[in-house]
Amino acid sequence: MARAAEALSAEEQGTRRRLLSFLGWGSFASFCGGVTIGSLRFFFPRILYEPSQQFIAGKPEDYQVGEVSTRMKKEQRVWMIRNEQGIYALISICTHLGCTPIWHSAENRIKCPCHGSNFLVDGQNIAGPAPSPLFRAAISLDLAGNIVVDKNQKENRPGNRDEPPFILPLT
Amino acid sequence: MANLSLKNVPQIIVESQVWKSIFRHGYTMNRRNRLLAITNNVFYHILPTKISRYGMRMRFHWGAGIITFYLFLILTFTGVLLMFYYVPTVPRAYYDMKDLQYVVPFGNILRNMHRYGAHAMVFMVMVHMARTFYTSSYKPPREFNWVVGVILLNFTFLLSFSGYLLPWDQLAIWAVTVGANMARATPLIGHEGPFANLIGMKVDNDVRFALLGGTTVGSATLLRFYVLHCIAFPIILTIFIVVHFWRVRRDGYSGDVPVRE
Repeated sequence: MARAAEALSAEEQGTRRRLLSFLGWGSFASFCGGVTIGSLRFFFPRILYEPSQQFIAGKPEDYQVGEVSTRMKKEQRVWMIRNEQGIYALISICTHLGCTPIWHSAENRIKCPCHGSNFLVDGQNIAGPAPSPLFRAAISLDLAGNIVVDKNQKENRPGNRDEPPFILPLT
Repeated sequence: MANLSLKNVPQIIVESQVWKSIFRHGYTMNRRNRLLAITNNVFYHILPTKISRYGMRMRFHWGAGIITFYLFLILTFTGVLLMFYYVPTVPRAYYDMKDLQYVVPFGNILRNMHRYGAHAMVFMVMVHMARTFYTSSYKPPREFNWVVGVILLNFTFLLSFSGYLLPWDQLAIWAVTVGANMARATPLIGHEGPFANLIGMKVDNDVRFALLGGTTVGSATLLRFYVLHCIAFPIILTIFIVVHFWRVRRDGYSGDVPVRE
């Protein structure tokens, strides 16, 4: 074995060894890299078994002007609110850290139980740690006259949130 | 040797092949072998070979580290027992927890040991850390063991956080919702964090999504946290505990202060 190695020139020996070493370690490294990337990717599911973000919230006449309706809150985490201009769906996810705030009709306030953020009926944050107003979901009517709320589309900037599709204008 | 009287039994055991294979040295030998019997034993080996009297005092070390370790052993033991009754699925998790409290024999004391033991472990880790800081025990040559200790602190917090979800009550769900929402603001890998938009982070591909297995705390989150809590975190913690103890042995106790009498 040693004699055979000696028979090769130094240059030849180096080249072959380097190539084999490169291939060997290279395949080991690419295996490790592949396993690492594959394992990381594994934790990001392709399909989510989460409920649809769209739902039907009855008819416009189900809601009174000036009412903050909690009928959709348990299932969908939105308040259906009707004012003089129309109906909007205010998403009850606190903009601080995602708890569900509670509507206090006596105080005309929305308050979060986790860290005490306060909001007005229009979603404006007025006290506590919440950094921005509550979001409103897109709202529209389907052909049968039902209210369709889509939580995939949301808006909380004053002005933008008062325009369709974030408010359903009703005369 | 042929004389099998009761008097000779201890000697026969000590001189047997099995005994010698486990303990290597008998205890009735010369000074050197007596010393080896100590240093070759894993339980004695955990302590440094040389410890000052001051360093052995309770008022110096507070026993915080070893109490933390005992709590970890208690938590491992009670946790394994809890696994016999607890199923990490949305319809069952909360009721299994309630069954452990009210139906399973000795279930409540087991659950409470696990719960209060977990709180105590987090507390004792911090006490241990504070003591290490106040006695300057983190300074060279022990700075690496301080780093290992910080890793252990983090994994203790992760164990505590992941275990907090498992009762699947309101407190658990909202606490984990809040905790996971903080991960939104992670730089680069959280979708609301700085620079996250540069690499296209969204609510369904960031670090919070990987942690929860979805966009909200749900059944995937419960299963994920259960596996992490019962398998991944304890194994990683154990590995670092071994390194931590080994370094305590190698670096020696820090209490080399002369005793002031």
